[in-house]
Amino acid sequence: MGELANIFIKSAFIENLALSYFLGMCSFLAVSKSVKTAFGLGLAVIFVLGITMPINWLINTYLLSDTGIFGQDFTFLRLILFIAVIASMVQLVEMVVEKFSPSLYNSLGIFLPLITVNCAILGGSLFMVSKEYNFAESVSFGLGGGFGWFLAIVAIAAIREKIKYSAVPPALRGLGMAFMLTGLMGLAFMGLMGIDLSSF
Amino acid sequence: MGLIDVFKKIEPDKKKSPVLHTLFDAVFTFAYTPNNVTAAKGVQIRDGMDLKRTMIHVVIAMSALFIFGAFNIGHQHFLAQGLHTGLVEAFGLKLIYGLVKFLPLFIVANVVGLGIEIIIAARKGHAVEEGFLVSGALIPLIMPPDLPLWILAVSVAFAVIIGKEAFGGTGMNIWNIALLSRVFVFFAYPTYIAGDNVWVAGFDGLAPGSATEYGFVISSIVNPILEIFGSSGFQPGVVVDGYSGATPLSLAYQGGWDAVTAQFSEAQMFWGTIPGSVGETSKPLIALGAIFLIVTGIASWRIMLSMIIGAALTAMLLNIWGASPMMTVPWIYQFYMGSFLFAMAFMATDPVTASGTNTGKWFYGFLIGAIGMIIRTINPAYPEGWMLAILFVNTFAPLIDHYVLQANITKRLKRA
Repeated sequence: MGELANIFIKSAFIENLALSYFLGMCSFLAVSKSVKTAFGLGLAVIFVLGITMPINWLINTYLLSDTGIFGQDFTFLRLILFIAVIASMVQLVEMVVEKFSPSLYNSLGIFLPLITVNCAILGGSLFMVSKEYNFAESVSFGLGGGFGWFLAIVAIAAIREKIKYSAVPPALRGLGMAFMLTGLMGLAFMGLMGIDLSSF
Repeated sequence: MGLIDVFKKIEPDKKKSPVLHTLFDAVFTFAYTPNNVTAAKGVQIRDGMDLKRTMIHVVIAMSALFIFGAFNIGHQHFLAQGLHTGLVEAFGLKLIYGLVKFLPLFIVANVVGLGIEIIIAARKGHAVEEGFLVSGALIPLIMPPDLPLWILAVSVAFAVIIGKEAFGGTGMNIWNIALLSRVFVFFAYPTYIAGDNVWVAGFDGLAPGSATEYGFVISSIVNPILEIFGSSGFQPGVVVDGYSGATPLSLAYQGGWDAVTAQFSEAQMFWGTIPGSVGETSKPLIALGAIFLIVTGIASWRIMLSMIIGAALTAMLLNIWGASPMMTVPWIYQFYMGSFLFAMAFMATDPVTASGTNTGKWFYGFLIGAIGMIIRTINPAYPEGWMLAILFVNTFAPLIDHYVLQANITKRLKRA
């Protein structure tokens, strides 16, 4: 249990997908103009990461690896199968959001289906493979990574809402400022780097 | 002829030399209130407490720390040599040595920071913003005394340009300027600001037997002047046996509270004659400054109180866990070490980067207290956590405000 909590905290704060690996940047920068939409997208990312990570773990362990049911090394199919799983999950999320929150659906626009190619999600699955997590750990890693990404996008959205009223130099307005904010947020998150609960 | 006539006479033309005019304006508004003030008619709130005077109050609150910090640099320097171990022994020498170390830090931080401010203000065509007054006073207080000046200059330039001017200047920044400059040094030049060797000035290393290094200023300017007054000045010396420059925090990290009390007494830690950043050591003087800031209404007591609560609760929980020497340090003694009070009084309460709402301030302070204590105790990479905790929670301050406002809106909608 302690190990799972450690993985959760590590993936959420210390190895934050957005601010430490700079993954998922395009939607991170594009959808972070208001807290409300950022909140919606963040929840969608938590959901997709939390679901796809264990499914991808199952696929990777039982179908693709040479110790799986086929007894053959199919790891060259990893990317395409992972993407397929992610795409189907995103489709699910899209239908749910469209049904229950049309306003959020409209404000997210193209970025909701684009979660499919959000590299934070594919990257998360690939990290999960390279770190050789077991099933429970992959659940924890997925939820933690999603939560960290959610926290990052909601925080940057609040900052961007605040600096809307600042006298930012014209050349930096919009994306330029968002890039600098991301960098400075990464600097602020570095304070937690190095924490390892498993050593206690 | 009054002072104002002198000012009128030397006022440069705004169009022809904008930089000079900005510089003039900065000095002028120090001495007099600007003459384009709101008229007596109308409903505006008028108050003599403008931004510049607010900032000056913070500098006043820190003024005692400058003197004590300078003295302490000298005191630690002589302690390492085993000389003048009494507190007031050779007071003058200690103060002189401290000032030789401290004044360059202060001057460089202010010249670089204000220089950038003035150039940018002139380019934007408005009066210079006073924001850097406080940052310029804070930055030298949070640096180790031996920091090379070029590193200081680079870090101040980084903080002012990237951290403040890019956001639109004073009052618009998201992260605390002074802490940004320190965190820049911390991550870019870690050997100059972390470890046991950097907190005592004037030595190459602190191993027993290392010789003092008196630079050009001491050996060619200060010493001859002292000799005129019949003093022997600064003599070359060596670090005595058994001395380690370790700060209480690094001792506590290795061996818990017992290891700390073996080196430093509680009184020493309370009054601040311990190695550390220039301004962070003396607890009573910082508390005095904090009270001054609360009484004048500049700093928020909510942030200070909630930060103490957050840190104390976290420290108690860690006491119960007790898995490492640092965690076993009784929670009350955590406040004796490191820079908690300084960060609480002058850093966390920065009204620009803190949460703006009163409810938000409670969350903001509590989070800083908790996270800072966690970084200090659990993170092996960093000896002290407040700088990083404050920057971390600065990131979330707008978010906290956002949700406090939302909650208020929902509440009032429900009532309507």
